[in-house]
Amino acid sequence: MAMKKKEATKVYSLKKEQQRAAAVMMTPLLITLILLFLLPVLLVLIMSFTNWSMTTTTRSYVGFRNFLFVLNDGRFWKAFGNTLFYTGIKLVADTGLALFIAVLLDKKIHFRRFFRIAHFAPVVVPITASSLIWLWFYDPGIGPLNQILSWLGLPSMQWLYSEKTALLSVILFSVWKGLGYNVILFLAGLQSIPESYLEAARIDGASERQVFRKVKLPLLAPVTSFIIMMGIINCFKVFTEVDVMTPNHGPLESTLLMVSYIYDQSFTRGKMGRGAAAAIILFLIIFVFTMLQRRLGRKEVSFD
Amino acid sequence: MSKHLRSRYPFTTLFLFISAALMIFPFAWMLLSAFKTPADVYNYPPKWIPSSFKFTNFAEVFKKIPFIRFYANSIFVSVVQTVLQIWISAMGAFAFAKLDFPLKKKLFAFMQSSLFVPEIVTIIPLFLLAAIAGLVDTYTGLIVAELNCAFTTLLLLSFFQTIPNELIDAAKVDGCGYFRVFLKVILPNSKTAIGTASLFAFLTHWRSYMWPLIITNDVKMRTLPIGLKYLVTETGTEYQVLMAASLMAIVPVLVVYMFMEKEFVQSITLTGLKT
Repeated sequence: MAMKKKEATKVYSLKKEQQRAAAVMMTPLLITLILLFLLPVLLVLIMSFTNWSMTTTTRSYVGFRNFLFVLNDGRFWKAFGNTLFYTGIKLVADTGLALFIAVLLDKKIHFRRFFRIAHFAPVVVPITASSLIWLWFYDPGIGPLNQILSWLGLPSMQWLYSEKTALLSVILFSVWKGLGYNVILFLAGLQSIPESYLEAARIDGASERQVFRKVKLPLLAPVTSFIIMMGIINCFKVFTEVDVMTPNHGPLESTLLMVSYIYDQSFTRGKMGRGAAAAIILFLIIFVFTMLQRRLGRKEVSFD
Repeated sequence: MSKHLRSRYPFTTLFLFISAALMIFPFAWMLLSAFKTPADVYNYPPKWIPSSFKFTNFAEVFKKIPFIRFYANSIFVSVVQTVLQIWISAMGAFAFAKLDFPLKKKLFAFMQSSLFVPEIVTIIPLFLLAAIAGLVDTYTGLIVAELNCAFTTLLLLSFFQTIPNELIDAAKVDGCGYFRVFLKVILPNSKTAIGTASLFAFLTHWRSYMWPLIITNDVKMRTLPIGLKYLVTETGTEYQVLMAASLMAIVPVLVVYMFMEKEFVQSITLTGLKT
């Protein structure tokens, strides 16, 4: 009886001790979350319903006027369209190429390490520094790309300086920069396929192409869906490269993307209420894709 | 054997060589161009190999912009951010993984939900808050606003969960408090995880663009990604100087990357497949 009571108090004090320790160790994390996430999110919601602006001090409730402004603003839809275009092209080029290169790198070939390093190198260097190199590449007068085109007998292009090609030029840079990331993910996916599955298919007489289509590709599905969904989400967040390469949103605003639009409204024009409303719309778009991605396949962290 | 291997995939190897060359080409161009003279640059057709190898462009970088200051700012800010972020995340992850406390699931969901919100959404109010707090053009402002710990906490949490409870119990029996358990049992047993998370955090902060762009006006407070842009001007950018600056910004990262390739790849596969 006495024994049991002692045990009980021990469990009780252990519980108390755990709670005390948790309180101490969780505090910094909770402070950052409240300060950098909860508070800003509440504020952005409030701001989106006011005429908050950097230039004036009057801040009054305006209802849904900011949202209506944004949804009736041609520039917003231009930015939306540009972002969709960017996302579509980048996703197809990026995912297809990355899968192809990963499959090649998965073979037992020489110089594998070198190939891997070469493809991944653009991922690790700072975006600003590398987009500055491409700025010169794209120079219509003295850039090497037009030189190469002329060697190939092709007409020279205006690259970032023409409405038609500016966004495509940024996409080309983005593919170069981001390809290695997806190659690594695909490669990890391919290497996690048990050799025995592949052997079994080969013993059954499957050609290498059949092994790829019937065994590898289906088993890669989770990685592929992850890459596509994250790709969409990340494309909607693109800002750095368009801002560095085309600081004024390109010719006829052809490189104005969603984030550039929000940034422009909030910080360049100082209309923070409108910027906040546009940011919330962007959030809703990204939220839908995030939910889809989570639904499509992901293990929940469990505490059991 | 090696001959046999090579002959098995000649086209694969050839294709990968071409593709690798295309990926490296911009770096090669940068390296060569950093030594070009203005005459080389404006030559038509473009000159591929510089006519001499002098370091005048590098000297020019230091004359035009406070390059060392930008570099020092970037290193200081990213290192402090990484240390703080990993420390905060590791403690939180330990509490989530190994301690029992009220509201745990709710707090976890709260933390997870912060991952849904893109930077552009919070950056508008964060700027206002920072301005009110007088943090514009300060290191505190640069550092604190980007301590987004949710992701690194999740990453570390999944590692800490794999540490057997017996290890913790043994330390508890020896009379350790939970904080000592964290220091003496958890941290030493998850060096790889801490390393991966730190590398991930450092690269994120090193590349950071939007927040430093907004929160700094003073040239002296700019970080490298923003500072480099001072070399781009509306009227005739001096590309050769730009390349010298880019080279100095890129090479240290590339060198570290080549030595730590495995860790870099790991930080991608682990963080990538976790979210």
